[in-house]
Amino acid sequence: MTAADPKVTLDLALAHGLTAEEYDRIIRILGREPAYTELGLFSALWSEHCAYKHSKVFLRLLPTKAPHVLQGPGENAGIVDLGDGWALVLKMESHNHPSFIEPFQGAATGVGGILRDIFTMGARPIATLDSLRFGDPEDPKTRYLIGGVVSGISWYNNCFGVPNVGGEVAFASEYQRNPLVNVMCVGLVQTDRIFRARAEGVGNPVFYVGAKTGRDGIHGATMASAVFEEGAEERRPTVQVGDPFTEKLLLEACLEAMATGAVVGIQDMGAAGLACCSSEMPARAGTGMEVELSRVPRRETGMTPYEIMLSESQERMLLVVARGREEEVKKVFAKWDLDAVEIGRVTGDGILRVSMDGQVVAEVPVRALTEEAPVYEKPTARPGWLDALQAFDPLTLPEPPDYEAAFLRLLASPTIASKQWVYRQYDQQVGTNTLVLPGSDAGVLRIKGTPKAIVVTTDGNARYVFLDPYQGGALAVAEAARNLACSGARPLAVTDCLNFGSPERPEILWQFAEAIRGLADACRQLEIPVVSGNVSFYNETEGQAILPTPVIGMAGLLEDAGWRTTQWFKEAGDRVALIGPDAVSLGGSEYLATSGRQLAGRPAPVDLRLERDVQAACRAAIEAGLLSSAHDAAEGGLAVALAEACISGPEAVGAEIEVESLGRADLTLFGEGPSRILVSVPPRAQRHFESLMGECQVPWRFIGAVGGGRLTLKVGGSVVVSLSLDQVSHAWRTGFGRFVA
Amino acid sequence: MRFGVVIFPGTWSDCDFHYVIGEVLHQPVKYVWHRDTDLGDLDCLILPGGFSYGDYLRAGAIAGRSPVVEALPDFVARGGHVLGSCNGFQILCEAGMLPGALMRNECLQYRCQSTHLFVENAETPFTRGLRPGQVLKMPISHGEGKYYADPETLRTLKARNRIVFRYCTEAGDVTKDANPNGSIENIAGIVNDAGTVLGLMPHPERAAESAMGGTDGLLLFHSLIGSLVEDGSVLKG
Repeated sequence: MTAADPKVTLDLALAHGLTAEEYDRIIRILGREPAYTELGLFSALWSEHCAYKHSKVFLRLLPTKAPHVLQGPGENAGIVDLGDGWALVLKMESHNHPSFIEPFQGAATGVGGILRDIFTMGARPIATLDSLRFGDPEDPKTRYLIGGVVSGISWYNNCFGVPNVGGEVAFASEYQRNPLVNVMCVGLVQTDRIFRARAEGVGNPVFYVGAKTGRDGIHGATMASAVFEEGAEERRPTVQVGDPFTEKLLLEACLEAMATGAVVGIQDMGAAGLACCSSEMPARAGTGMEVELSRVPRRETGMTPYEIMLSESQERMLLVVARGREEEVKKVFAKWDLDAVEIGRVTGDGILRVSMDGQVVAEVPVRALTEEAPVYEKPTARPGWLDALQAFDPLTLPEPPDYEAAFLRLLASPTIASKQWVYRQYDQQVGTNTLVLPGSDAGVLRIKGTPKAIVVTTDGNARYVFLDPYQGGALAVAEAARNLACSGARPLAVTDCLNFGSPERPEILWQFAEAIRGLADACRQLEIPVVSGNVSFYNETEGQAILPTPVIGMAGLLEDAGWRTTQWFKEAGDRVALIGPDAVSLGGSEYLATSGRQLAGRPAPVDLRLERDVQAACRAAIEAGLLSSAHDAAEGGLAVALAEACISGPEAVGAEIEVESLGRADLTLFGEGPSRILVSVPPRAQRHFESLMGECQVPWRFIGAVGGGRLTLKVGGSVVVSLSLDQVSHAWRTGFGRFVA
Repeated sequence: MRFGVVIFPGTWSDCDFHYVIGEVLHQPVKYVWHRDTDLGDLDCLILPGGFSYGDYLRAGAIAGRSPVVEALPDFVARGGHVLGSCNGFQILCEAGMLPGALMRNECLQYRCQSTHLFVENAETPFTRGLRPGQVLKMPISHGEGKYYADPETLRTLKARNRIVFRYCTEAGDVTKDANPNGSIENIAGIVNDAGTVLGLMPHPERAAESAMGGTDGLLLFHSLIGSLVEDGSVLKG
């Protein structure tokens, strides 16, 4: 230890976010008091963010295996085989805490981190998606946060050069002081060019590449593992500052260095920086590592070993290089004007040995920092208030006095309205692979040189999870898969981002456990493995937790890119059909939130077998060329799905719809339920469609026809809504922008 | 004819141009590194979109002083053609190869969207295959695309018929609403006096396949290839 280091005490350990038990455990493992730098290593690697200590026991429930899974959880990202020698790398991650403290840089570095997770596996990122949650749209703070977050994402994405092809933005007051910023990225890699974060080969040199190290982001991982109290903004120095230009150089240099064959293993220095890389990489390979910190490129003077190890400066990677081939790697990084410095080597003793100017400052078994991190099975408890909420029957509320006004209000709700204000700030096309731009159920990207395309989406309705965590988890998976089915794709894999409050509160942990159970059951039933993900706990401020928000990122495959189908009606004269059951509910619906300003009742439960059959039927109809459009009937119910089908395409077109009443017109039109897909069928395909639906044995019915300049909705024989396309379009197009412009 | 696509640190439309020229148009194409100055065997050099050097200074300011750009005047004097799109247009202005400047979009935000372009000058090698008044559909993707030139420069541009494209409506009306970034007089693209250096903010390489939503971008390439091959001005290597 160096002379200036403070003495390590229990109080200091507590101040680092460790518990007294954890501190004792460290002393037991080391057989002594930890030195200051060692304490820093433990506090970072044993943080919730790095160690998943509260979530691990639950995450084990998730199905992670399938024949096409090339890499499941545990690496920087998951990988699935696409055939033809190509694989898809996918991962989603949160940057919630930093984005509240400093929205622009917080969101920007969230994008930077997820991009590195993808290209560290050897893949070129081909698309990002972003799933955002904000508080009350009327609050000026919300406007500030949205502006900052969207421009931060826009800046990093656009400068780096990756298209953003989809995502979601939803609002609820519970996110007021804990907005969520989840970013998903997918990349393409050849199956024989996959790289992993393993420090193989004793004696191999360890290279530091990329940007220089500064004092930014120290304790980022620890900050992300605690609840906010008053004055959270004062933690601004723990937020990193991004440099997308350096990231772009790092991408090109890493891929070029990998192509030389001289790179053995590589990991992004993300959360907990060098501390994380230098322990996780050898831990995965059963080796050890020595690093000499005086060689680390720095942009500030006087940095201590503690600071260098824990810095979360962005755009850096740690590489293990085949001994004797150092020059090949150095040459590539020199070409891209990036630092590439040998800072250590792989050892065989399982120890992470950190020195500064030759003096050892930390000496810890890598397994102690990684596999031996504490795992908790904390108590869970069903919240007492849930019964009363669930018992609420929305049909005890009166029907809306004016259905057209209620419908327009729903379309103008910022959660439902067009998100063009957001995505027009993102490059959507760089790479020239984007076949379906943002604004449909899912983004579609071709794979050049093959007939195939990748389909990607993110989904998660937190209101459902709040009211029924098990169903909510299952519904999120079902909806994501349904979005892919509407585009014609078969789901390949899930990456999840699980955003919750403090796991130290039994009712929050219960929400988490139940949501995971639902997620796992749905993934199993729909046969979609979870290959990567991220848990973000402690999303609460002064005791107010967010709505439990598991966000599902899903990628699927279109064997023939020509099958791709979009959500909007194409042709007057097409018949409109609804595939799926009638079971809907106003519990937790967007209608209830906008009209009654209530969050209560129960969402319609999902029948996973039926869900699977409906999706299969939709895909079969698309593959047979029978559909002009397909759209998931989700938030806002059938009425909103119809409106979107009429107005979200390049040319607005009306529709005349007539449905049986499900008891009340508001339930019929605005009730939400799973397994429902709205399709349009050209007259030539009608017979074939009818027989195909019969073969698939799914409920379905024709409900009207495309055409005209109005959207008319008849329920049980009487016209309930008849609006011009201009009225419908105006509400939907301006509903979001009015809060932010 | 032989194309070169320049890669600056931070360029990202390089692969897209390379793909269109090589795989869609089946023309010989190679990458040119920003430090290269030997452009001898090329007929047309593409300066693609991106954020060269991060564009932390003015967009294109640093790339405008890079070795490959400093070699451009000679290349053009020898009969070479240059197409700068997006960041490439910004670089050409910064290098003084084209007059005027590209400023931050009037809305102060990045814009990625489809635009329509009114063809003002159909006599350049890049537009010879088009009709004056023809409307092309091409996307933009930039944060600093608001073209500005002082009144005298603007007069010269008009007098010499150097304004090639203006943003317009689908029907071809040059209106304020059709202007996505606040460019002066809706200017989207201009040429040098000889018509051999074209700068435009839109992305022709993103409008080169029907799967990508349109093929109007190909018309520029077809014009160029047609003009250079027909009038025999393709450079010998």
